[in-house]
Amino acid sequence: MSLLSIRNMDVSIGQYAVLHGLTLDVPEGGVFVLLGRNGAGKTTTLRSIMGLWDRPAGSVTFRGEDISSLHTSDIARKGIAFVPENMGIFGGLTVAENMVLATANGKFDPARLKRVYALFPALEQFWNKQAWSLSGGQKQMLAVARAIIEPRDLILIDEPTKGLAPTIIHGMGEAFKDISQSTTILLVEQNFAFAKSLGRDMAVIDDGQVVHTGSMADFAADTALQDRLLSLSMEEGA
Amino acid sequence: MKTLGPMIEKAGGVFLLPVAIAILAFVLIGAPSSWLTLTVAGLSMGLMLFLMASGLSLVFGLMDVLNFGHSAFVSFGAFVAATVLAWLGGWVGADSIFLNALALIAAISAAIVFGAAAGWFFERVIVKPVYKDHLRQILITMGALIVAEQLILATWGGTPTNVPRPQFLEGAIILGGSSLEVYRLFAFIVGVVVYAGIYFLLNKTRIGLLIRAGVENREMVEALGFRIDRLFIGVFMLGSALAAVGGAMWAGYETLITPALGAEMMVIVFIVVIIGGLGSIQGTLLGAIVVALMQNYVGFLAPKLALASNMLLMMAILLWRPSGLAPAVK
Repeated sequence: MSLLSIRNMDVSIGQYAVLHGLTLDVPEGGVFVLLGRNGAGKTTTLRSIMGLWDRPAGSVTFRGEDISSLHTSDIARKGIAFVPENMGIFGGLTVAENMVLATANGKFDPARLKRVYALFPALEQFWNKQAWSLSGGQKQMLAVARAIIEPRDLILIDEPTKGLAPTIIHGMGEAFKDISQSTTILLVEQNFAFAKSLGRDMAVIDDGQVVHTGSMADFAADTALQDRLLSLSMEEGA
Repeated sequence: MKTLGPMIEKAGGVFLLPVAIAILAFVLIGAPSSWLTLTVAGLSMGLMLFLMASGLSLVFGLMDVLNFGHSAFVSFGAFVAATVLAWLGGWVGADSIFLNALALIAAISAAIVFGAAAGWFFERVIVKPVYKDHLRQILITMGALIVAEQLILATWGGTPTNVPRPQFLEGAIILGGSSLEVYRLFAFIVGVVVYAGIYFLLNKTRIGLLIRAGVENREMVEALGFRIDRLFIGVFMLGSALAAVGGAMWAGYETLITPALGAEMMVIVFIVVIIGGLGSIQGTLLGAIVVALMQNYVGFLAPKLALASNMLLMMAILLWRPSGLAPAVK
């Protein structure tokens, strides 16, 4: 059974239909990468899973339970974390306060906090700094750290490498590999080299529908398929 | 000059503005006793404006709601407090400070309860249907202000209502040749205590953390597992109760109130919130003190400019800092 299943999801934003009958199964474990051209509907898919659009048509089931009509906060409490494209950092709050908000009861599990520090040492260093003063990479670390400070079954991450320096991207990739040992990651990514290095399974969205799904290894080996489905917008070496 | 900017920033930045205004006024006024009287009047007025405006700022910051009806809570607070003080006339005029204080506590408590209840009703019935629609928010909340004014007119009548002041708050203290009204000092203390309470709530509690986070990014707070709509109601009620307390304090300050009080205060409350920076409690306090000090100083130095001073101040500050003096981080 899939960890997450989306069936026939339709989402419109204003008068524009963004997703048309999107169907997707995300298996448990590892990194599942969602690829596609700009504007294909990847971000909308993640936001719809989190209930951030008004009641999209179709269904979303998580561990067999229909979550499509749940409030965003209830979806989060089912064990799904969301790291949006803009990172969603609370800039006026300190790093510590950002982290506290992500805990279930305002208290840190020492083992989990230790793991966060190990993955992202900069956060320990800037623990009492206001989050707006962090660099782009540190903000992304904080966004991901918030998602793992509590046990989660699924983390939705939207374009985490956008605008980051190559060394930071490398570190982020290592962190994702570590996190995916215990938590499933659904990753939207434009940087194909990064996606390829992490993904176990993948799907391509185009014009609001899933047009291809399979293993990342197979997709990475088929350049003709990549050209046909992703064409101009994907950046191999970015 | 290169080091002046960071030095000012380190010393308090924009929060030094009231000090700069006070020093400038001291030079222009010349007479220290007049300056002290005006400064105390300005500070006490500023703290009362803060009470009225803080809720509006929080409600806008957290809920993105432009509530032009906010000053209705100021009016209701003023009239409810005036009514309670009139009922307890014996205690208000008694020589016992204890009875005076009881009457005052009863009046302020009644204003708080009424303000919170009215806020709950207002949020559920008037504001909730128009979330995310600023134009409708403006229309419906302005309409609600008119309805509230008419309700006050129907309940308390059109003639100005006298507000009895507790005996122990009458009179003045003479300090260095300056006459400092006891009521103004009391209003200042109440404002400081309420500010400290709000500061504690926002900075030392989990609810406050959620409110501050919600002001910045509501969606992300929900994605972390919190029902922000429930927080909305609480903040709206808190904001309405604070406005009612501000109204109650203002009623005692003016001692004569009319149903037009809310509409009269609406403009100045909005100026305070805009100058301070939307969504920021520190900004609102700063904006309130700056506005009140300017009004008092200009009223003394150039009475003909007094009415325009707030508008000119707002224009100058927005040209300098388009988001206000100390806006919440968004």
